[in-house]
Amino acid sequence: MANMTLTKTPMPEQDPQVRAHNFKEVALGYTAEMAMEEAGRCLHCKNPKCVEGCPVNVRIPEFISKVAEGDFKAAYEIITSTNALPALSGRVCPQESQCESKCVRGIKGEPVAIGRLERFVADWYRENINAMPEKVPSNGIKVAVVGSGPAGLTCASDLAKKGYQVSIFEALHTAGGVLVYGIPEFRLPKAIVANEVKKLEAEGVEIMTNMVIGRVLTIDELFEMGFKAVFVGSGAGLPMFMNIPGESLKGVLSANEYLTRTNLMKAYTEQADTPIIHSEAVAVVGGGNVAMDAARCAMRLGAGHVYIVYRRGEAEMPARLEEQHHAKQEGIEFKTLCNPVEIVGDETGRVCGMKCIRMELGEPDASGRRRPVPVEGSEFMLDVDTVIMALGTSPNPLLRTTTPGLETNRKGCLIVNENEMTTRDGVFAGGDAVTGAATVILAMGAGKKGAAAIDAYLQNK
Amino acid sequence: MYKIVRKKELNPTVTLMEVEAPFVAKKAKAGQFIIFRIDEQGERVPLTIAGYDREKGTVTIIFQKVGFSTIALGELNEGDYIRDFVGPLGKPSEVEGKKKVCVIGGGVGCAIALPSAAAFKEAGAEVTVIVGFRSKDIVILEDEFKAVADRFIMMTDDGSYGRHGLVTQPLQELLEAGEKFDEVLAIGPVPMMKFVCKTTEPFGVYTVVSLNPIMVDGTGMCGGCRVTVGGETKFACVDGPEFDGHKVDFAELSSRNGIYRDREAEVKKDHACRIEAMGKTLIQ
Repeated sequence: MANMTLTKTPMPEQDPQVRAHNFKEVALGYTAEMAMEEAGRCLHCKNPKCVEGCPVNVRIPEFISKVAEGDFKAAYEIITSTNALPALSGRVCPQESQCESKCVRGIKGEPVAIGRLERFVADWYRENINAMPEKVPSNGIKVAVVGSGPAGLTCASDLAKKGYQVSIFEALHTAGGVLVYGIPEFRLPKAIVANEVKKLEAEGVEIMTNMVIGRVLTIDELFEMGFKAVFVGSGAGLPMFMNIPGESLKGVLSANEYLTRTNLMKAYTEQADTPIIHSEAVAVVGGGNVAMDAARCAMRLGAGHVYIVYRRGEAEMPARLEEQHHAKQEGIEFKTLCNPVEIVGDETGRVCGMKCIRMELGEPDASGRRRPVPVEGSEFMLDVDTVIMALGTSPNPLLRTTTPGLETNRKGCLIVNENEMTTRDGVFAGGDAVTGAATVILAMGAGKKGAAAIDAYLQNK
Repeated sequence: MYKIVRKKELNPTVTLMEVEAPFVAKKAKAGQFIIFRIDEQGERVPLTIAGYDREKGTVTIIFQKVGFSTIALGELNEGDYIRDFVGPLGKPSEVEGKKKVCVIGGGVGCAIALPSAAAFKEAGAEVTVIVGFRSKDIVILEDEFKAVADRFIMMTDDGSYGRHGLVTQPLQELLEAGEKFDEVLAIGPVPMMKFVCKTTEPFGVYTVVSLNPIMVDGTGMCGGCRVTVGGETKFACVDGPEFDGHKVDFAELSSRNGIYRDREAEVKKDHACRIEAMGKTLIQ
């Protein structure tokens, strides 16, 4: 008999007042009892819509029924048959707009907590078994993967499972891409990412760090080195600024810089050599998940006031509801319908305030959202000493400028055909490098499709 | 891990290291830089490449022990390893097609002016080199410069060696005497580069400067190294590090370079205090 409770089994969380001052994980995860209870809410639809809602088509009802039985190992095996990185997707996927949005239980009440269950299974496996995968005998065909973010890791894993000899080329000193430089420890502990990377190495994938493709080696040189295909999963790392006066003042940073210092370089720890600005009052400009991450990091680094400044209304915010909710709980103040016009500095060139203008919503724009328009004469000063720009990112131009024949659209995103191949033969791409900044799971989905396309391409060669 | 195969103290605060980094050595060109990270806790620090040996697979860096990480790097020895060493990053110096150039190095900036001077020479240019140091005891790379320069001018601030004065003096004299340079390349402290640009501007001589702003990743990801050039925001790590000096906003560059200065000073003070305390305990 299904558990007919209308709401999800609550997930234990650190108290907001406590967690706003530490970098430990916010959501603590289900116990086995909670997981089994929640799994009991699944109705095991004959035609499960949730699976269609998942970019990597996790066999959701099947794994959930194993959780309900208490057979967590079997549940893990079902998940990992299509999703190489469940500990990550269980944490950072926007389930509310994917699998859970399709759940029949969501019609009356809350959908099944698919994300929380996926996370539970992955964590249980890591804590209790953590068997390293076996290496599949090599077919001797070399494939290069550029970038070790979610797209690259997924693509490499799928290819390694098919016997390809895969090398990942990572520009930074640690593998993981946005999972290590962008998403903070309190949302995705770095030890979990490192464990996934370790598994990949056990599968025989070679990971080469400090390899900035486009500078250290070009894509053409990768082919000369004997790689038969290349997957580009280099993400969207180029930060945008607003081009308003005062953006070069000391105390104005891109969210990328702030998060990289905090997460990748561990500037929040005592031991790290990398410095970070310790602010009294911070304005984070933008309304996406990255803005929430930056704001919540600022709070944890000791800022007294942290504002989210967003030009549209709260309903238009692209950040996940859960992230907005967590940020508010931690004391972050939302200044919506508000847009910066100038950043003001003191005599030493440091930020001492940000001039904003109030906005109102007009007619819908190209994105379908109502266009924000300034309210004349409504300027006011926000008293801040740090401004973090979280306006979005676009793909890094390094690869397209160093690879002849690699074409991009006007936003700098790589153009791919229906087989994930770029305009260069044998060069495939996926993730943010193709779509522009999107989600971890979409990148994982693209990595998966890329691996399948590379396999088909090399088999037909 | 990257092995230090040679270490040489060039003066009391400036050290040369040759590091085994075959991928970097294979591609390196004058004007480009590397980023090193000393250990797991280390910060990522950019250093312009001072030389390379493609056959041996080594890259030479020359650095002044001024900050937390360069001091720590200076404490390593031959046979030790550096955790990370990535490059070559940035765009190389544009040396082709120049007939007559003047390369100006200030202090430790000479270390990176040297490979560019050599590259100009190799590309067939007539090279004038002007170098400036505070005093004789910190002069570096004199013989190396003489080997590539058609004309070599040594300046010291206190007159203890070469000519007494700043690098801008002989530059001004040469320009006034009608010397026509296709390019002046200035590498050194920000004020020096700024004044070289001021000197050449009235003569309309194309002047290039090599900037070394604060960076994190060095691949265009963080924007920490942004500089204003001709009213436009540029990222020194990918658009530079060399820029048209007449267009660079030097005041902004100087200001931005001081973002973490208070903190560095604190760390150094703290470090000194700890050493003093340790010393006292030892004496007791």
